[in-house]
Amino acid sequence: MKQLLILSGKGGTGKTTVASAFIRLSNAKAYADCDVDAPNLHLVIHHKSPVESTDYYGLPKAEINPDICIQCDQCRIACRFDAISKSSQYIVDPFACEGCGVCELVCPVDAIVLNPAVAGELMLYKNESIFSTAQLKMGSGTSGKLVTEVKRQLKPDSNHADLTIIDGSPGIGCPVIASLSGVDMVLVVAEPTISGISDMERIIKTASTFRVKVAVCINKYDVNMKNTEKIMEYCHKHDISYAGIIPYDPDAVKATNQGLSIADIDCTAGRAVREVFDKTKDLLSEV
Amino acid sequence: MKIAVLSGKGGTGKTLVSVNLAAASDQSVYVDCDVEEPNGHLFFKPQNLETEMVSIPIPQVDESLCIGCRKCVDFCKFNALAYIGNSLVIFEDICHSCGGCVIVCPQKALSEKTKEIGEVKKGTSDNVMVLSGMMNIGEASGIPIIKKLLKDESLDDSLTVIDCPPGSACTVMESIKDADYCILVAEPSIFGAHNLNLVVELVRLFHKPHGVILNKCLDGINPSEEYCKENGTHVIGSLPYDKELGTMNAIGLVAARESQRYREVFTGLLQAVMKEVGHEATSNT
Repeated sequence: MKQLLILSGKGGTGKTTVASAFIRLSNAKAYADCDVDAPNLHLVIHHKSPVESTDYYGLPKAEINPDICIQCDQCRIACRFDAISKSSQYIVDPFACEGCGVCELVCPVDAIVLNPAVAGELMLYKNESIFSTAQLKMGSGTSGKLVTEVKRQLKPDSNHADLTIIDGSPGIGCPVIASLSGVDMVLVVAEPTISGISDMERIIKTASTFRVKVAVCINKYDVNMKNTEKIMEYCHKHDISYAGIIPYDPDAVKATNQGLSIADIDCTAGRAVREVFDKTKDLLSEV
Repeated sequence: MKIAVLSGKGGTGKTLVSVNLAAASDQSVYVDCDVEEPNGHLFFKPQNLETEMVSIPIPQVDESLCIGCRKCVDFCKFNALAYIGNSLVIFEDICHSCGGCVIVCPQKALSEKTKEIGEVKKGTSDNVMVLSGMMNIGEASGIPIIKKLLKDESLDDSLTVIDCPPGSACTVMESIKDADYCILVAEPSIFGAHNLNLVVELVRLFHKPHGVILNKCLDGINPSEEYCKENGTHVIGSLPYDKELGTMNAIGLVAARESQRYREVFTGLLQAVMKEVGHEATSNT
């Protein structure tokens, strides 16, 4: 069984569009959405089984008991996250608190406790195929840990799947790093804009740091041919596998807005993504 | 006056809106808080660059003092320390720099060193002071870089446009923390509308006055516009799906500087935003 992760660095280049098409084309038995603070895969991939939801607990949040607090100021001084402030009494800003426990440690009168806090919801759909996704609770920060949980949820049932497809998040930070763990290959969906190229280079370097094989496909390639050529040259120069191109296609947005993947309808982008999928499968078999 | 531009979904046009609003103002500061994938500098091409490193404190162990009591290992909520074999191992990449291990060590075997995680670049581009943060490849969190950016001395009373990262997690919360107003950029797809809903929830949670700019508008159904109507979310204005704008954006040109038409469009949007901020300011007092 192979795991394919779809990333892009820059947001909005078409990760979910490509991931949903690949899920359809491969008739995938296991897939996940790791973009936990802006998940969208469920809007175009409708899994038929009922959802099993579980609360996700992130790190705890500190709370100060004003009846015990002697206002010594030590917690406020020790907190590296500026989460404690004093007005009429000492209070913890739950959005800034990272749950490290330093305030509890330094409090001389045990006025501070760390309380468990729900930081999101994990969702699992399971019948002959399995779909793992999650939604970070607004105001919570620990998205990397939630990504790890999404992948953990997928694991026990995905071993029999030939191909697991994971839709990733934009950027190069903790949620992306968490999603990289254990995958066989990353497919980067690049976009031929000056921003898209810069961001593609940074995500390729990030994946390489974690020694994961990378392939690149170019979405909306015909928006700027010069930049598309630059991306191809970059791949060639850095010996990065190239998985093909998908044109800009207004029908792609129409499909999305009807809750369909581009592989579900007959359109130019849908035909192009088939070739990208075949090429990606070949590249994946070489890993 | 600090205005944050965010979107939830990536690629809806945060940088396009931020860069052009800053350029349309007589004088402004543009701050790129998308430190994982900063792009504003590609458009502004700032001159007279000053670079400053950003580092964080990370624990280090003096093995001659460590007695293997594992108090630090037990304390660390991030599992950044482990006692393996007969020595303490520190996983720098997952350390949150809380400093707890140093406090809890009874032998004073732990101290802190600094670790570089990225840089802040400052320069000028005509009427705009440009600040960009850039996180080093392989680092997990850009929060300290965002904090440094938003504490910069050049952020005075003049217009400051904060270009936020995508999503709705910790880096976005840090970027909007001190904003006076939030602009939410949305695109006309169900993805755009779904993620707009999330960031509306986020800015409401932080009690931030906010409004929406609808980008890439085409004829026909706009799920984001419908969302705004149904939820009573204020729409500041809209930008068309336009090839000319797309081309300028693809090659790193600032539309408000290159085209008279777009200078007028973004000046109009900026005025609408300022009116909103003024309205919010008076209604809040």
